[in-house]
Parts: sequence; structure tokens; C-alpha cells
Amino acid sequence: MSNPARAESLEQLERLVAALMTKGVVSEAELAAQQASTDRASPEIGARMVARAWLDPAWRAMMLKNGTEAVEALGVSMAGAPPLGVLEDTARRHHVIVCTLCSCYPRAVLGYPPHWYKSFSYRSRVVREPRMVMAEWGSPVPDDIELRVVDSTADYRWMVLPMRPAGTEGWSEDQLAALITRDVLVGVALPKLPA
Amino acid sequence: MSDTEHPTEHTPAIHDIGGIQRFHCTPVEYDEEPPDAFGKRVDALRQLLARKGYMTVDELRRGIESIPEPEYFALTYYERWLRSIELLMVEKGVVTKEELT
Repeated sequence: MSNPARAESLEQLERLVAALMTKGVVSEAELAAQQASTDRASPEIGARMVARAWLDPAWRAMMLKNGTEAVEALGVSMAGAPPLGVLEDTARRHHVIVCTLCSCYPRAVLGYPPHWYKSFSYRSRVVREPRMVMAEWGSPVPDDIELRVVDSTADYRWMVLPMRPAGTEGWSEDQLAALITRDVLVGVALPKLPA
Repeated sequence: MSDTEHPTEHTPAIHDIGGIQRFHCTPVEYDEEPPDAFGKRVDALRQLLARKGYMTVDELRRGIESIPEPEYFALTYYERWLRSIELLMVEKGVVTKEELT
């Protein structure tokens, strides 16, 4: 649940920013530019990577070997970001990502982490009862599929490369990318064809 | 028997909540709101300070993880970040406590 910041926190932030500006550490323009750059990152980048991997075996191999390189090939800078790994789902295994310690998240390909990803309940539950969490959210995973929960850390971030759904033969990259949501890239949902 | 009678049992630090039972009956609330203006500004400040070499993500985590339990659960996500960033900037002498009051 997202609660608004308290007035004292807003004041605390502005006092800190003012002190840092006085010392020449940051400027208002730099803060605005940084925020604009974070606002631009969205799950569309991760969706594009996955759609291409479903269509192009060479791209798929490159992305599995080095996720960071794949992101940069799409024109998104990963400068200063931790390395990105890609977890490949198979017919027998599905992956889910969590940051149990806090909120490490592949921001470059997904944007800001949503509140639930940072929540105490998601962080504690998904490592113990991932099937229940996924079922509650409408993506039950069959019992014969192994579910592997992977911890994202300050040093290494992950995204999921899901299985391409049946019934999408002959689809274009754009059509496929439209199936891939942020939740699919985190692994808490599976790609679904439009009804 | 209280936990203190079993000193060999590991009690994780408060942020280390993977698998703990405390939240097992709590549904994960599906909340789609983007961060508010305060959150986005704290987020931008953190990234900027990291890019300029004033702090690292690990230091941010250490600051967050040092917040005592009652406050850890009372503060919002970006309030915890702000608390940590301020601690680090004072610790490193980038700003002084006096300049923040």
C-alpha cells in the first residue's frame, strides 16, 4: 500500500537537497534530468527483448548470455546499472523474481518497481509459497512445472524470458511484444492471449 | 520458552524478511500507483549521488538496514531511502548535521 509522505519528510528532503545544492553537489536541473530519464524506462523495453527472442535465435542466445548487452543493443544505456541476467523458462521450469532484502529490480528494462514488489508480504511470501501468490493473482502454475524463485540483488538484476504461448505462430514482433507485461517479466504472471 | 533461551538460533535482521511467517496470511496488495512526487525526487537524488560517486547501492542498503524495527515498518519506502541518504551524507562529511536543521 502506498501512503503519502508525511510533511516532515517533505521538509527533510528539501533541507537535504538545499544543503547539497549549496555545496555544489547536485543542481535542480540535474535532478530534473535524472527523474525524466527514470520516467522514460518502461516494461516496453523488456517486452521488446522477449518478443525478439521468440523470433530470432541469435538474439535469444545473445540475450541469455549477456542481458546488459541486449538492452544496450536496443539503445538503452546501462551505464552505472548492475548487470542484467535473463532467466529462461522451459516447458518444465518457470522463474519468479523477488528482492527479499529490499527492492532490487531491473529498472532499466522495467521502470520504477511497483509497490507490491517492495511490500513486506510479497518479499516474505513469494519465496515460501510462490504458487499460492501466483494463483491469487490469476496465474496458477501446473504442479508438474518446477517453480524457481530467484533473488535479485544490489549486484545483479534479473528478468524472465517466458515460454512463447501456443497460438502465436506467424505473429509479428509488435504483436508478440503486446503480450508481455511487466508482471510477465517479473514472473508473477504468464503471457496470455487476448480473449 | 522464549527465543533468548536459544542463542544459537539465527534471528535475521529486520529487512531480511524472505520466508518469514509474519506476513504469510497477508495478501500481496496489487497497487499500480507510480511513486508520488516525493518518491520520484528521492529516487532521482539517490541515482544522481550514486552516479557522482557520493554513495553506492550497498551503502544505501546498509543505511536502510540500520533503521530500528518500529521505524522500519512505520516509514514509507522512500522515507527509508531518505533517512539512509541523509545518514550517509552526514557520515561522509558531504553535509553537516547543523546544515540540515
